[in-house]
Amino acid sequence: MTPTSIALEVNGERVEAQVLPRLNLADFLREHLQLTGTHVGCEHGVCGACTVRVNGEIVRACLMLAVQADGGAIETIEGLSDSGEVADLQDAFRKRNALQCGYCTPGMLIAAQDLLKQNADPSREQIREHLSGNYCRCTGYQAIVDAVESTARLRRSRA
Amino acid sequence: MTAASDKPETLSVLDRPNSYIGKTVPRPNLDRLMQGRGQYVSDIELPRMAHVVFLRSPHAHARIVKIDAAAAKAMPGVITVATGQELAAVITPWVGVLSHMKGLKSAPQYAIAIDRVCWQGEAVAAVVATSRALAEDATESIVVEYEELEAVTDMRTALDPPTPVIHAALGDNLAFERTHNAGAVDQGFADADEVVEAEFVFGRHTGVTLEPRAVVADWNAAEARLTIYQGSQAPHMVQNIAALHLGLEERQVRVVCKDVGGSFGIKVHIYADEMATYALSKLLRRPVKFVADRVESFNTDIHARDHRCKGKIGVKRDGTIVAFEIDDLTGIGPYSMYPRTSAIEANQVVNLVGGPYLTKNYRARARVVFQNKNVMCQYRAVGHPIACSVTEGLVDLAAMKIGMDPVEIRRRNLIADDAYPCVSPSGLRFEKLSHHASLNKLLSMMDYDRLRVEQAGLRKQNIHRGVGIASFIEVTNPSAAFYGVGGAKISSQDGVAVRLDAQGAVICQTSITEQGQGSESLTAQIVGSVLGVPMSRVRVILGDTDNTPYGGGTWASRGAGIGGEAALQATKILRRNILDVASAILQSTPAELDIADGIVVNSNDGAPRIELKELARIVYFRPDTLPPGIQPELMATKHYVPREYPFAFTNGVQASWLEVDTETGFVKLLKHWVVEDCGTIINPQLVDEQIRGGVVQGLGAALFEKCIYDERGQLTNANMADYLVPMSGEMPDIDIGHVVSPTTESELGAKGAGEAGTAGAAAAVANAVNDALSPFGVTITEIPLTPQVILTALGGF
Repeated sequence: MTPTSIALEVNGERVEAQVLPRLNLADFLREHLQLTGTHVGCEHGVCGACTVRVNGEIVRACLMLAVQADGGAIETIEGLSDSGEVADLQDAFRKRNALQCGYCTPGMLIAAQDLLKQNADPSREQIREHLSGNYCRCTGYQAIVDAVESTARLRRSRA
Repeated sequence: MTAASDKPETLSVLDRPNSYIGKTVPRPNLDRLMQGRGQYVSDIELPRMAHVVFLRSPHAHARIVKIDAAAAKAMPGVITVATGQELAAVITPWVGVLSHMKGLKSAPQYAIAIDRVCWQGEAVAAVVATSRALAEDATESIVVEYEELEAVTDMRTALDPPTPVIHAALGDNLAFERTHNAGAVDQGFADADEVVEAEFVFGRHTGVTLEPRAVVADWNAAEARLTIYQGSQAPHMVQNIAALHLGLEERQVRVVCKDVGGSFGIKVHIYADEMATYALSKLLRRPVKFVADRVESFNTDIHARDHRCKGKIGVKRDGTIVAFEIDDLTGIGPYSMYPRTSAIEANQVVNLVGGPYLTKNYRARARVVFQNKNVMCQYRAVGHPIACSVTEGLVDLAAMKIGMDPVEIRRRNLIADDAYPCVSPSGLRFEKLSHHASLNKLLSMMDYDRLRVEQAGLRKQNIHRGVGIASFIEVTNPSAAFYGVGGAKISSQDGVAVRLDAQGAVICQTSITEQGQGSESLTAQIVGSVLGVPMSRVRVILGDTDNTPYGGGTWASRGAGIGGEAALQATKILRRNILDVASAILQSTPAELDIADGIVVNSNDGAPRIELKELARIVYFRPDTLPPGIQPELMATKHYVPREYPFAFTNGVQASWLEVDTETGFVKLLKHWVVEDCGTIINPQLVDEQIRGGVVQGLGAALFEKCIYDERGQLTNANMADYLVPMSGEMPDIDIGHVVSPTTESELGAKGAGEAGTAGAAAAVANAVNDALSPFGVTITEIPLTPQVILTALGGF
């Protein structure tokens, strides 16, 4: 296998790299860029731990090859944290203890933010439905639903 | 909250102004995890680190005829390929037995199989390469010749003479058997107006931690020290075992546990592949990393709950339960797990059946058999869900038989709240439980009578909803009775060291560990409250055998009750020492002084006298200004272990409200309630979230989770698409209430809460499903309650 050149933007920074075609985006972010906030849970697209944003859409980084991200704009939990975009959501997660081990949390935050961008006033059922591809073994989900619901409420009150 | 017993006045150390005890405060240091800046073992990279991948057996039982690794060794990036024989020269085998589990036997288990594989997924070779991908490539080039042997897969026939014996040297496939006979069981059944029997079947399931098991082992030959980075719940246990089998002293092994991506008992054991990784690091004199992939997790993380339990209950027409009898059978795989053994779950089932109830007539047999499937061992709420499902299932069947409401039969048989201390039929000692107060609270939370009216109304519309109730007891705060007495080097005590730093902040080192439960938070809350400093001034260090006192860790619902008490006692000493110094500086007496918000104040009027920051400056930098003869000790260490009671039992009750679609067999969970009594509550939110998470794990077992093996011992659903776990869409909201009966054995009064949710959830759901299906005359005593199981029972599948 010969490496392929890719050029992309990750959290607003230009990145150029030589990668093997078989390398998936999650491993690229973790192993090449040391952005270890993107977690690997199942490596077959079921658990949601590796959720990142690619060109504005949420994607499972374990199901996308790094070469497919060539020319794209990737946002990971590190970037969304530094930009402050999910600061209120993180604050709600903290207050509601919506994380225990924290391994699902980066993916959960990114999926939740995706919902809140599409729907400013989601019902609890809609929140549960939107997060139903993100596995959390610790919390039982209720605290996460509460935190997303309260963030939506706060954002509406500020809108 | 209802106070089931009054707290004695001596608990004032917790009841100080600005106390954090009993208050919901956010856990410290969550930003690290929320920003993706934690450090899980899978994130760790060290210089010269190599990666190991294991070639695993495709057969459940086979002789290894030949391993040809020549081609693999020549592959790019490959450093070495090791077989079981080669590793056995570096690391010795082990046998998972404990002396207090009388008769328990197992066979020697090696880090990598030698000659024979005993389950599909057992490692037969290790490939170490410069990257995981290259190691995986090379693994595919190893040629192993197997001679397949007959696999023992059905626990029901494992003991029959025609069935092959898995370990010939053991004589048979019986790993352990326990019988128990208390009271007058035969007389009880003879006196009963009705006797009901049923067989309860439990699906084998597993923990599915989101972060798979992972370890980085780093042998530094020049220091002759092994550093193990591992997401373990019991670092000192790992240290002891690694040293023992590598021929090292414990001081030569350091175990570091940073962030852990879920544990639930999965990460409290010693796995063969982890042992192999330690050995490979020693062999290769460089860091070696192992991260299980999801298929490996399903095939090698311990499984649990593969039980078939026959149960029998005798009841009088007035609802009095007169006897319980069980015959439990469980298959644990080919080896008893090390070092906690695989006899504990069956043993707990015998201990716990009938536990909430008055009858003293109880007979039990439990048999634990070997089979050629993955190993089974302790997973969250060990044995409790089985004992609870059997007991509560039988109680509901008895109620149905005599036409009594399920609540009423429980009221008539639960041990009275003023009957403590007392002893259960299996010999367990209860200090103080609150079954009736808990049940009353639950009924008012769920509005039981209204639900019954709603249920009756909906039945007329052919909508089948059910209510299920399950009372339970939970083992928490285990003393040495759990493992220590059986010879395992697993500490039941925990230690905490607290010190004032040079700026008046507090550094606290504890031997309990954090996997998300809130160990760090509860420790900081206790230290801050007892000392009189803000939590933000307390830094908690855990998960490092070089930098914490010796102790057990976090498992068996012990962190708060045992580690919390050690923190309390250590902080009391530090506080006394600080006040001694302060009185010398201020020419006062300790009795006249207090500490509040990081400042030494007058105890009578709260007037500030000296900040801890200033006191620390004097002690550390200007001790020459202190009066002669004063040697301040601004660090204190205390250890704690319960001695009076072997276990601090807790109790609670759960209820499920659900709807069964009798056309499709689907169950929709509508609501779940829990009332739990874990004694003193340090942080209500953390306790509630432990319970919610535990309930959902139990709901997974009730409805979805099952490791499906075929008759040849092949695990057929070893991936997350086919093995179903609870996701947010199917889970209900869960309401939680508390009754508070502190243990008087410790000053803190806290018992454990980590497993209560899992203990009773499946029983409540199963009872609710049977309640919903009662118009059809159908009773199901098998979980998971999949649509297929429900439709089959209804005769429609």
